[in-house]
Amino acid sequence: MLWEIDIHPLPGMPDRDAERVAVVAKELGIARSLTIHSARGFLLESDVLSANEAERLASELFTDGTVERSVVARVGDPTLVASPNGNSASLLQVLLKPGVMDPVAQSAEAAVRDFGYSLTALRTLRKYWVDGATDQQLAAISTRILANDAIEQTIAGPLSFDRLQVGSDYQFQLQTVPLKDLDDAGLMRLSREGQLYLQLAEMQTIHKHFAELGREPTDIELETLAQTWSEHCSHKTLAGRIAYRDERGERQFDNMLKETIFAATTELRKQWGDDDWCVSVFRDNAGIVRFNEEFNICFKVETHNHPSALEPYGGANTGVGGVIRDTMGTGMGAKPICNTDVFCFAPPDTPTNNLPPGVLNPKQVMRGVVSGVRDYGNRMGIPTVNGAVYFDPRYLGNPLVYCGNVGLIPADKSFKQVQPDDFIVSVGGRTGRDGIHGATFSSAELTHESESLSGGAVQIGNAVEEKKVLDVLLAIRDRELYSAITDCGAGGFSSAVGEMGEEIGAEVWLDRAPVKYAGLSYTEIWISEAQERMVLSVPPESWEELHALCAAEGVEATVIGKFAPTRRLVLKYGEQVVGDLAMDLLHKGRPPVIRSASYMPHEVQPLEMPTLGSNLTADLCRILGSYNVASKEWIIRQYDHEVQGGSVVKPLVGAELDGPSDAAVVRPVLDSRRGVVIACGMNPRYGDLDTYHMAASAIDEAIRNCVAVGADPSRIALLDNFCWGDCEKSETLGSLVRAALACHDLSLVLETPFISGKDSLNNEFSFVDSTGKKQTIAIPPSLLISAMGQIDDVSQAVTMDLKHSDSLLYLVGESKDELGGSHFALIHELDGGQVPKVDPKVAKQTFAALHNAIKKGFVCACHDLSEGGLAVAAAEMCFAGGIGAAIELAKVPTREPLSPVKLLFSESNTRILCEVRPEHADEFEKKLLGVSHACVGRTQAEPRLRIAEKQEGSPWINGELATLKKAWKEPLAW
Amino acid sequence: MAQPRILILRAPGTNCDAETAHAFRLAGGTPEVFHLNRFLESPQLAADYQVLCIPGGFSYGDDVAAGRIFGNQIRHHLADALREFREEGKLVLGICNGFQVLIKSGLLDTDDANGPAASLTWNESGRFIDRWVGLQTSGNRCVFLQGITELTLPNAHAEGKFVVRDEQSLMKFEQNGQLVLRYANVAGTVAPYNPNGAVADVAGMCDMTGRVFGLMPHPERFVDFTQHPQWTRRDDLGEGAGLAVFRNAVRYFS
Repeated sequence: MLWEIDIHPLPGMPDRDAERVAVVAKELGIARSLTIHSARGFLLESDVLSANEAERLASELFTDGTVERSVVARVGDPTLVASPNGNSASLLQVLLKPGVMDPVAQSAEAAVRDFGYSLTALRTLRKYWVDGATDQQLAAISTRILANDAIEQTIAGPLSFDRLQVGSDYQFQLQTVPLKDLDDAGLMRLSREGQLYLQLAEMQTIHKHFAELGREPTDIELETLAQTWSEHCSHKTLAGRIAYRDERGERQFDNMLKETIFAATTELRKQWGDDDWCVSVFRDNAGIVRFNEEFNICFKVETHNHPSALEPYGGANTGVGGVIRDTMGTGMGAKPICNTDVFCFAPPDTPTNNLPPGVLNPKQVMRGVVSGVRDYGNRMGIPTVNGAVYFDPRYLGNPLVYCGNVGLIPADKSFKQVQPDDFIVSVGGRTGRDGIHGATFSSAELTHESESLSGGAVQIGNAVEEKKVLDVLLAIRDRELYSAITDCGAGGFSSAVGEMGEEIGAEVWLDRAPVKYAGLSYTEIWISEAQERMVLSVPPESWEELHALCAAEGVEATVIGKFAPTRRLVLKYGEQVVGDLAMDLLHKGRPPVIRSASYMPHEVQPLEMPTLGSNLTADLCRILGSYNVASKEWIIRQYDHEVQGGSVVKPLVGAELDGPSDAAVVRPVLDSRRGVVIACGMNPRYGDLDTYHMAASAIDEAIRNCVAVGADPSRIALLDNFCWGDCEKSETLGSLVRAALACHDLSLVLETPFISGKDSLNNEFSFVDSTGKKQTIAIPPSLLISAMGQIDDVSQAVTMDLKHSDSLLYLVGESKDELGGSHFALIHELDGGQVPKVDPKVAKQTFAALHNAIKKGFVCACHDLSEGGLAVAAAEMCFAGGIGAAIELAKVPTREPLSPVKLLFSESNTRILCEVRPEHADEFEKKLLGVSHACVGRTQAEPRLRIAEKQEGSPWINGELATLKKAWKEPLAW
Repeated sequence: MAQPRILILRAPGTNCDAETAHAFRLAGGTPEVFHLNRFLESPQLAADYQVLCIPGGFSYGDDVAAGRIFGNQIRHHLADALREFREEGKLVLGICNGFQVLIKSGLLDTDDANGPAASLTWNESGRFIDRWVGLQTSGNRCVFLQGITELTLPNAHAEGKFVVRDEQSLMKFEQNGQLVLRYANVAGTVAPYNPNGAVADVAGMCDMTGRVFGLMPHPERFVDFTQHPQWTRRDDLGEGAGLAVFRNAVRYFS
């Protein structure tokens, strides 16, 4: 028997889901105005539930009688289909596809059982009665708004089923894959069609290996190799052999990352000797550095680009869940203390009528991603404290979603070691058919067919499941009940167990893994990337206690094998061996990827200056209102940035709580004043001119953001996240190597070690355009630099809002003729110009001097100069503080005379604008001896920003703060 | 009694337990955090405690409706234990999700013959919002708000809009002096002063005894000056205003 309980808003109450659909339908040009009514539904399958009981559940569990009403009937009953408005509206019903995670259904099922009622299954659905739409409009609403085909289905009219079960019993059958007789073309076909996405040399190695063994591989063996050797798991391109050539000549790398970014860290640690504050770098799930006597902190940023392109909500949702598990699986398990999220989208006003097939409307992508991050981060109780959003049309087919997490870990829990004969224990969520082939999928270029090919790679997360695991994990960690831990991410058990058992060996009993539903094959169990699972290495004598503690909090823990000291990976289903591979083959057997990379710097083209009037206030407003610069308050306020109680510098600050902070400061230990500082730097626009200087600028930006709020520049750790196009192209890979060289150079001089990193390559989107031609959109080189700083005493932190109406304004750092890639160039659509460069020696000295001044309390507001240069920084400081300013361009420190436009809008690095009290001016200047700086103006009570050549001269910028603020706040105030 | 013992209940998805315990500790109490499962198994545990607190978070993921599943667990399994707890003159505090749980469990004296007469539902904006708000207290029924007239605290929720079934219910709560905390234009706060569309600007309410109190804003997030969003603009470098709520609970037993 299948009951349905529908929940409708009471008359007069808002019907938000219906409103949302109508708004999006209008945005997408499907229908100008529609009358829509929506309802949430619950389907309950039970052989025993009576009508009275169903009614009781409706009123006591599902409906809030103050604002909602319910309709209860058996599926098939016409009352469930009839339009609530009595009109002839068409009914569209949306259900998750079978097997897709439905956390609400899981919770509701348990809640129904708490009434003492028995239930076979429960599912949720959404219902929409749409009035006045044509069939064509209904179809468009179904596919483009209501349901994402990757995870959902729409049913027009009544439901046609009366049972909910999914899955049927699995009949074991060992599958082998005939390789022996395949030629190169056959091997590549297998690689592609089997979604292995391995390269020819790799397929040949596998072919040869099994030929030598005299047998064919089983399917699970081939899958295991594909997962372990995937770009996602092994980073084979960047850690591979690269022959690189640029204007300075040729260079051979055996392992590019190791010889650039890692090498700088290694060198720094050697230089520091006993003062080395790095703890664990580039080896664990996250990089770890020292925080205080008792604790270390770790930081990791991941990307979840391809899944987010197909299903923005689920992709971003599981991206956050995944990086949190990285923290939970670092050392012996760290406690997540804050999130950071950076997105790259096509502009939200991209016309929707001519999008390539398979591409989602950027505005919808942005809404979905933000909701996905919000719903996971907030539910986990982890504050999302920092982030950024960049817009460029080239992110249309490949939006980027970077998710970062910082963790706190007791100093003595920073390392792990699997012990021979430990149990392999799976903790957390059950394994399902979701997420199959996520790891290998990320090695493939997206096409408009990706959605149908890799629907299984798209998932929805269940944050509360992960929170349960986290709660119990920290308790069992402190009782020392396991010897090692890692997360189940891309590649599922295959990667987690394969990595943990690398040195020892492992035997896995796949039939013991708990599954969500029947019917999973042994291979599906092994490679499923179902979320919210951790793998622990548990000494047999600790197992019972660990199991009991987990059970007490409703967390499932299951022994699925042991780390048998055989140096082999043996996979069993029941008594049957289904896979048997040498660990050496998995981890050392992959043939090196050999690539060539080249980079030829563009000749610098002079910037063709537009004809400008004498008043540049309108230009300033346009830059303030450009999407990259504009206020992100709509996003920020949807994230809980204060949970855990450690928030010190929030993302929005100032007189009206809306000024843009440079960095976040968080106090992770509530009875200590020591703080963690989180910031980021990125500017894909500079990469179009030179990726070396783009990387250098991003590093400078991330560090100066940290320093601007008070971080100690000698304790800043960095992360790199490279998102690039197709690196089989020599020029594309060349532009990446060039950026990595900058990371090496800057890191070394600034003494800011890289401690972890990640790459996502192949971010290109191919489609066939209306003329039948194949088009490819590659993303711009997108290097995100994340910085984690520290501050001795958070009460010395500084925010960017002006505080007093009679202070001095100091500009620290030198301004140069660097408008290339600037936002001034963007709004005037200008090409060329000098890209901003960094002089790392000067930067180091500047940051150290400024930090000393901040520490002494001589700086009451401080803001870095980035997109839009001096004019934007000054405007933001003014309107955040509700205090005006008068600035004289003649006083701006420069090496050569610069035009007003350049002084106002050049984006030269290593510059910070500071508010200093007149009585502190002398001491402030003393601290900055040897560093370029000058007093360039004063603050004033009049709410106006005035920037002129000289005080008495006519102003280039003359704007009321309310006008400037409005320009900045409006574009993304959705 | 020297230091009252505080039982902080955490369910799957609760996430403000640690900072709430910290706030009670600063206020001079002795908090302990318990998993709900343990309390369900042995409700008599409550006898050892003077204050029960349900902290913020997303119990059961806010699935179905915020606080609903936890609230039903109280109705089904803990109603007697908590009634007894209240009758013994002890205190119950629900913050954010804890308020959602309390109101849905009936412990705030909002049920009548026709069922629940008050609830917390989706914010007017339809979204989760993290924002500081100004608050004013009214009446002196509530133990937790003694001596407090106004304060600023952060709100962080999606389903925090106070609603009533009908006008009479609102009048009844009003007359009973249960509507003890309201959003208001307090110095240093920014419009809109009512952030979620709550009826009668209600941010928190108590039961008829004044000893059971639920509020949407987070007092545990303002126990230190560095937690205030404008602390770098203020000279006020002491404890945060939210700490008074916890001090009142502790002082009640001294």
